[in-house]
Amino acid sequence: MDSASVAQSVDPIMHIPDGFIDGKTVVVTATLSAIGVGLALNRVHHTFPARKIPMLGLAAAFLFAAQMLNFPVVAGTSGHLIGGVLVAALLGPSAAVVVVTTVLIVQCFLFQDGGVLALGANIFNMAILGAGGGWVIFRCVAALLRGTRGRITAVAFAAWLSTVLAAAGCAAQLAWSGKVDWKSAFTAMVGVHLLIGLGEGLISALVFAAIQRTRPELMQTGPSAEPHTRWGEFAFFGLLAAVGLALFVAPLACPWPDGLAVVAEKLGFALAATPPMLPVLAPEYSFPGIHSAALATAVAGAVGCLIVFALALLLACVLVPKRTEHPSATSAPP
Amino acid sequence: MKLHLLEPHHGRLNTVIQRTPAELKLGGGLVIITLTVMLPAPATVWLWCATAILGLVVLLSRLPLLFLLQRLLLLAPFVLGVTLVNAFQPAYRAHWCWLVARSVLCLLTVLLVSNTTPFSEVLRVLRRVRVPTLLITTLALMHRYLFVLVEEAERMRRARAGRTFTARRRWQWPVLAGVAGQLFIRASERAERIYAAMCARGLK
Repeated sequence: MDSASVAQSVDPIMHIPDGFIDGKTVVVTATLSAIGVGLALNRVHHTFPARKIPMLGLAAAFLFAAQMLNFPVVAGTSGHLIGGVLVAALLGPSAAVVVVTTVLIVQCFLFQDGGVLALGANIFNMAILGAGGGWVIFRCVAALLRGTRGRITAVAFAAWLSTVLAAAGCAAQLAWSGKVDWKSAFTAMVGVHLLIGLGEGLISALVFAAIQRTRPELMQTGPSAEPHTRWGEFAFFGLLAAVGLALFVAPLACPWPDGLAVVAEKLGFALAATPPMLPVLAPEYSFPGIHSAALATAVAGAVGCLIVFALALLLACVLVPKRTEHPSATSAPP
Repeated sequence: MKLHLLEPHHGRLNTVIQRTPAELKLGGGLVIITLTVMLPAPATVWLWCATAILGLVVLLSRLPLLFLLQRLLLLAPFVLGVTLVNAFQPAYRAHWCWLVARSVLCLLTVLLVSNTTPFSEVLRVLRRVRVPTLLITTLALMHRYLFVLVEEAERMRRARAGRTFTARRRWQWPVLAGVAGQLFIRASERAERIYAAMCARGLK
C-alpha cells in the first residue's frame, strides 16, 4: 500500500506486452483462449445460479484488490497473491477462468499491463493454464486426500505447479516467436517462478484456510456441491492445458536436431542456432547415473514436485489441527 | 498499486479526441497496434508514421506529458527482463531496438485510447461487436467495485495497524492472509446485496 513497499514488490513478470510475440503465436494463443473462455462462459451461463452472477465481478475486483496486499519476503522485497487457483478452488473452474480473464482485460486496458494482441497469450497462460489447469491439479490432489487438510494441500500444491506451468507457457511463447532463446528464457522464467510459486502456494493456502475457518459454507468444493457435470470441465480444461503446453513446448524441447531452426528458417527468421552465452542460471538438471538429458529433467521435475507436495502436506497439517479435522471432513455442510 | 495514476485524467478534459466516437478510437488503436506488431522487421516508415499519428493525438488530447512518461516507465520490468536475457546473446541484440520501439508504440496507443475513452463507452462498443453479455456484465461490475474493494482493503489495513498488528515479521503472513480472506468474504456478501438490490429494482 505505501509507495515504498510497492516499488520493491516482486511482480511475477508474466504479462506479455505487445510486440513480444509474433503473428502465428498471436493467432494460435487467441484461438485457444477463445475456445477456453467461450466454453467457460457457456458453463457459467448454464450451471451458475443467477444470484451468484454478481459474484464473478466482485471476485475479479477482489483479486485486483488482494494483489495490492504485499507479503514481505526478505530484505524489503515483497510478493503478492496471483490467485487463479484460489478463485478456482472457491468458485469452480469455469467461473475462475471468466474472473481471471476479466482481470486481465481490465489490467490490459486500464493499466496497460500486458498487450492487446498479447491478450490471448496472457489469457492462455494465466486463466486457462493458471486457473483452469490449476483447478485440474487441485481436483486430482483433493480426490487423493480427503477432508480439509487434503483441500489445503491441494490448493498449495496446485497454486505452485500452475504458476510454474504458466511461466513455462510464457517462456515457450516468447521463444516460439523467436524473441528470446528457449533455453535461457525457460531457465530464467521457470527458475524465478519456482520460487514465486512457493510464495503463491503458501499465500493461497493461508487465505483458503482463513476463509474455511470463518465461512465454511462459502466453499464450493465439498463433495455435496460437486455435480457430476464437473467431469466435463475437468476433462476439457485438462485437455486444453495439455494441448496448449504440448503445442508450445514440444517443438522447442524435442531432442531432434533443432526442430525450431527448421521452423524459423521456413518462416524467415535467421536467428536460431546461436549458442547461448548466458551461463544457465540454475544448475543443469542432472541426476547421477541418468544419461539422457530429457529423462534427467523429468526425474528432477518429479522429485521437485514430490518435495513441494510434502511441504504442502506439512503446511496443511500445521494449519488444520487434528481435532478440527474430523468433524469438518465427515459432516460437510448440507 | 497503480490506481492513483489512473484517477485524475478520466473524462475530465473535453477536446476533439475525447469527443471522437469510441468505435473510431478503439478501431484505430487496434489497427495501429496490429500493423506495428505484424509488419516485418525494418518497417521504419511505418514506425515514423505511427509516431507522428500518436504525437498528434497527444497534442490534441492535451494529456499531460509527465503523466504519459510516468505510465510508459511502468513497462520497465518486463522490457528490462527480456533485455537482460537478450543482452548476452549477440544474435538477438540487433532485434532489440526494433522490439523496444514496437512495444513502446503499442503501449502508448493503449495508453492514449484508455485515457480518452470512458470505460462505459468501451463496454458499449464491446456489446456492439457481440461480446457475450456475461463477460460484459462481469467487466462492468469489476470496474465499478474495483475502487470500492481497494478502499475496503485500505480501511482493513488501517484498522489492523490501529490494533497494532505490526509487530514481528514472522507472523505477518497469516495475518495478511486473514485480511485477504476477510476481503473475499466481504466481497461475496456485497455480491449478495448487489443481487438483492438488482432484484428489488426489477431485474427479470
